[in-house]
Amino acid sequence: MNQISKCRAELVQAYADAQLSLTETLEVEHHLETCDRCSASYRNQRALSTAIAESSLYYRAPRSLLDGINGALEFSEEPSPTPIASRINAPQGRSPTPIRTSLRRREHLWRAVSLAASAAFLIVLTAGIITRFNLPSPEDRTMHDVVSNHIRSLMVSHLADVASTDQHTVKPWFNGKLDFAPQVQDFAADGFPLIGGRIDVVSDQPVAALVYRRNKHYINLFVWPSTTVSAPEVAASQRGYNVIHWIESGMNYWAISDVNRGALEDFVKLTRSGR
Amino acid sequence: MRQAYAHNWRHQREGNKAIEVPVLQRRGASGLTWHEKSARFNLLLEPHLDAVYNYARWLARNDNDAQDVAHDAVLRALEYLDGFKGERIRPWLLTIVRNTFYTWLKKNRPVEMVESLEEETHGAPEEVADPQALALRNADRRVLAATIERLPREYREPLVLRELEDFSYKEIGALLEIPIGTVMSRLARARRKIEEILRARGVGEDV
Repeated sequence: MNQISKCRAELVQAYADAQLSLTETLEVEHHLETCDRCSASYRNQRALSTAIAESSLYYRAPRSLLDGINGALEFSEEPSPTPIASRINAPQGRSPTPIRTSLRRREHLWRAVSLAASAAFLIVLTAGIITRFNLPSPEDRTMHDVVSNHIRSLMVSHLADVASTDQHTVKPWFNGKLDFAPQVQDFAADGFPLIGGRIDVVSDQPVAALVYRRNKHYINLFVWPSTTVSAPEVAASQRGYNVIHWIESGMNYWAISDVNRGALEDFVKLTRSGR
Repeated sequence: MRQAYAHNWRHQREGNKAIEVPVLQRRGASGLTWHEKSARFNLLLEPHLDAVYNYARWLARNDNDAQDVAHDAVLRALEYLDGFKGERIRPWLLTIVRNTFYTWLKKNRPVEMVESLEEETHGAPEEVADPQALALRNADRRVLAATIERLPREYREPLVLRELEDFSYKEIGALLEIPIGTVMSRLARARRKIEEILRARGVGEDV
């Protein structure tokens, strides 16, 4: 009844773009069988789409963009740190500053801020009289890395580089990849089965990440050498994740998960008793 | 090292139970610490960073300007993230990229705001060439990219969103603030123009 008797280019295009309903799709398919002109136009469009798809015309973000954004986030606490954003909100009459200039100025500002920050950090550290610590300390950075790595490991399908519940498979996997040998134990019998391991970067150094499961929750245990021999457990929570950190036998341990505090403490107890 | 550690983590113990220590309290006026902003970025926006850059790059048509626009768009998006109510974050994010780009263009390249659109021929439909004659398979990446870059923005934008982002007509219409019918006609013209340019260029001819 509603069959396409005439050529309707926009329908053919929408068909090639897979934007039609089932009924419309069938109608167009029927029409293409009998109309050379429309089917040529369809093939043209598909050929163009294929050519675009195969030509890798998608621009990937350069590393410098990511670094710049991370830098801006770390060093700016202002709510509207960007010149464009502030200008968008500003009345039209404001004098237009060329963006390149303001960007450069901003970079200088950060450099100055980060220099000042390092200096302040050193002074405060030497004096040893830190009561309020306003800059991200190494431990805060470590915490940040631990939490980010944990989140990232859950987001992408990158929970484990070596997926195995066998500690004798996981442990040797780290050989040659790290300059230390992490202890790998399976606690399946206690309800914390080992899932696998991977290498992550925390505080700019490669660390071992051991992945455990508690029911449907995952626990990441990050391990790497410490300059300190031992330190008691410290617990914290950030962004809904429980974190327990301790140092034992010269190794840093950071356990992080969204399981409740009690379960994570049980896990830590198991990990420590095994050694 | 040890000192900072002790102070910052305040090794307080209550009995044998570890107690919670607040980590980094400082907050910007947006109410978020840089940790939180950073986490939001990592979690929500970073997966779309290529899309942000890709769109900015096709709008600005050079690496430097694209990076500036993408940088500012991301920071801007972080500030407005709470206002996001849609279904998919990517079209929302690209709307911000687009707005950021046009604001940037107005301030920095006001001349380019006005594009001279070539007169469209609305007369008799041109004959449809054989797909093989388009020599698309022979058009290398550079030729194809240059051809798309030559398109006026109003045709380039829907084409990029359709072919590279696989956005639906509806999403493209919402992003560009035009009706779906207009999306379709602009896409058709964009494609027709590319075919014309490639055909005029001939097989294997250089840019």
